[in-house]
Amino acid sequence: MTDAVSTATRPGWPATSDMVRRLPEYLMIWVPLLLSAAHLISFSIWTIWISFTPSTLVPVTGWVGLRNYNSVLASRNWQIAFDNLLLFGIAFVLLSLITGLVLAILLDQRIRGENVLRTIFLYPLAVSFVVTGTVWSWLLNPGIGIEKLVHDLGWSSFHFDWLVNRDMAIWTIVIAAIWQSSGFAMALFLAGLRSVDTDIIRAAQIDGAGPIRTYWRVILPTLWPITITVVVVQLQFAISAFDLVRALTNGGPGIATQLPALVVYDLMFQRSQLGRGAAAAVLMLLILLAVLLPYAAWRYVQRRQAAHA
Amino acid sequence: MAALSIRALSKRYANLEVLKGIDLDIESGEFTVLVGPSGCGKSTLLNIVAGLDRASDGTIEIGGRVVNDVPPKDRDIAMVFQSYALYPSMTVRQNITFGMECRHVAKAEQEKALANVAKLLQIEPLLGRKPSQLSGGQRQRVAMGRALVRDPLLFLFDEPLSNLDAKLRVEMRMEIKRLHQRIGATIVYVTHDQIEAMTMATRIAVMHRGVVQQFADPDTVYRYPANLFVARFMGSPPMNSMPARLEANAGGPVAVIGAGRPDEVRIHLQDYDAATSYVGREVVLGIRPECIAEGDRVFSAATGAPVIVTAPVELVEPTGAETIVLLRLGGEPAQARISPDIRPTPGGTASFALDTRRICLFDPETERLIA
Repeated sequence: MTDAVSTATRPGWPATSDMVRRLPEYLMIWVPLLLSAAHLISFSIWTIWISFTPSTLVPVTGWVGLRNYNSVLASRNWQIAFDNLLLFGIAFVLLSLITGLVLAILLDQRIRGENVLRTIFLYPLAVSFVVTGTVWSWLLNPGIGIEKLVHDLGWSSFHFDWLVNRDMAIWTIVIAAIWQSSGFAMALFLAGLRSVDTDIIRAAQIDGAGPIRTYWRVILPTLWPITITVVVVQLQFAISAFDLVRALTNGGPGIATQLPALVVYDLMFQRSQLGRGAAAAVLMLLILLAVLLPYAAWRYVQRRQAAHA
Repeated sequence: MAALSIRALSKRYANLEVLKGIDLDIESGEFTVLVGPSGCGKSTLLNIVAGLDRASDGTIEIGGRVVNDVPPKDRDIAMVFQSYALYPSMTVRQNITFGMECRHVAKAEQEKALANVAKLLQIEPLLGRKPSQLSGGQRQRVAMGRALVRDPLLFLFDEPLSNLDAKLRVEMRMEIKRLHQRIGATIVYVTHDQIEAMTMATRIAVMHRGVVQQFADPDTVYRYPANLFVARFMGSPPMNSMPARLEANAGGPVAVIGAGRPDEVRIHLQDYDAATSYVGREVVLGIRPECIAEGDRVFSAATGAPVIVTAPVELVEPTGAETIVLLRLGGEPAQARISPDIRPTPGGTASFALDTRRICLFDPETERLIA
């Protein structure tokens, strides 16, 4: 180091001095980047390898081909988890999009107290999923939550037991997830709405378009790149959802709200079936790639078009 | 019939008064240009006429109907924006027909109107494109098409050419003027560019600090600017203005620039009867650069010989079409436009001819035109 500094002060070595001056930058960027990349890649490869071995309690070598995959895919646990993921993913993404968009449009009406409301709507994002899950598990618990509150108010026939209802329990996860993340969608949509040229809205006003038509035909179509970003971010949250579900329903009642991440946890750490757990994790990764790869391709095409224009 | 009447209109934002008692009457078929430096209130005035902004006081009539409380869509107006404001997600065709769609015009009629406008503006090949696939000039045409297709009582243009490059701006300027001559529309056009105002307008309203300084045809605004602001704003290079002293003389007063100096300039003013009351007082003398020319220039139909002065030359700017010379008249700086092939030497002196018929005199206190 001292050597490098002394050469840096010597005239005629601009490249070296530049390197030294920028050394902290390089260290700060590359060391963490390489470390995290190494972690990510090496453990992904490790997991993929494990998924082809007969590992149970501890990793072992050996090759069992697709046996772990077949057994996971055939298990009722995984099938329910996958069906739940489809329902949860679609319902959660659509509803949080709609909620976020409606909130953004309402906030965009130049209302008073916008900053306060924006903070309130965005705040759940700062809360940990475990907290969200726990709080909602209390709220939705028929014995102590909303149902009890309404009963105490006098409406004794009120019935809201989704949390303990096999068919409806998955919707409690949808509700909690929407509460948590529609503020994120709102923030992105609001930024999109604010970036619309006001002259365009004025032009629509002169053209005689009412507020609904202006939003539907003029403003919202400009938001679809943001919509895609929101969908992708929410979908990857939905696919990897774990802590929220674990705290809220823990997969129950029974295995009614099982999701892939819970299956992985269950196999790996409770049933000590490392190989199968790894296979389930790789399956999750594949689902994630099925979302992210088309998105990456879309981004690539967009950038190409932008470069050509 | 007055297409647009504005009466005692004012606009305040909190304590800031941006428009102060505007009165304008615009006849049908006129091309009125609102011109002024940025912040003079011209765009605010246009927005109030369009109904996008509310007046604090006063009335606006469009086609004889008070429209203060009428929403923009029912004012029978069309507007072209500086940013063009094309709907980015719609094709050119949809951009143009969107207004008719909102007004529930029959499909066949929409097609007819679209075809007419597309032909008029020669944008037929662009109809299927999105605004992002158009050049600046093409977007400009589409924005005009969107306005034209409505066939309104009043067209409002908000600095429509300021985003174009210089060459295209001149082309579009001529095109808009031609369009006005062809369809005889009533246009209110906002710009900060005095050349656009001079070349296109049938009448110019020069605005400054929320007040209409002068509302007249371009020749009058140029020849008889109502005050020093208008004199200096219109024309490029601007009108030269310098203090001068009026002295009595048989056959009209004499203006003396740099009185008492060895190089004082004495100018006999003929037909300046309004100035007689200022004899013996200081005035501001305004003279356009083109009224100061090389010494042997003969101004057309000049009565009598022009005033010839010998003056020091400070700077010479050849522009190709003419030479701009910065000189000193009686010690006061002035710009002259002389023939392109004459290049006086900076630092030396040269002789200049003054066209004295077009001199303007202003009151030094009120800055208003005396004569």
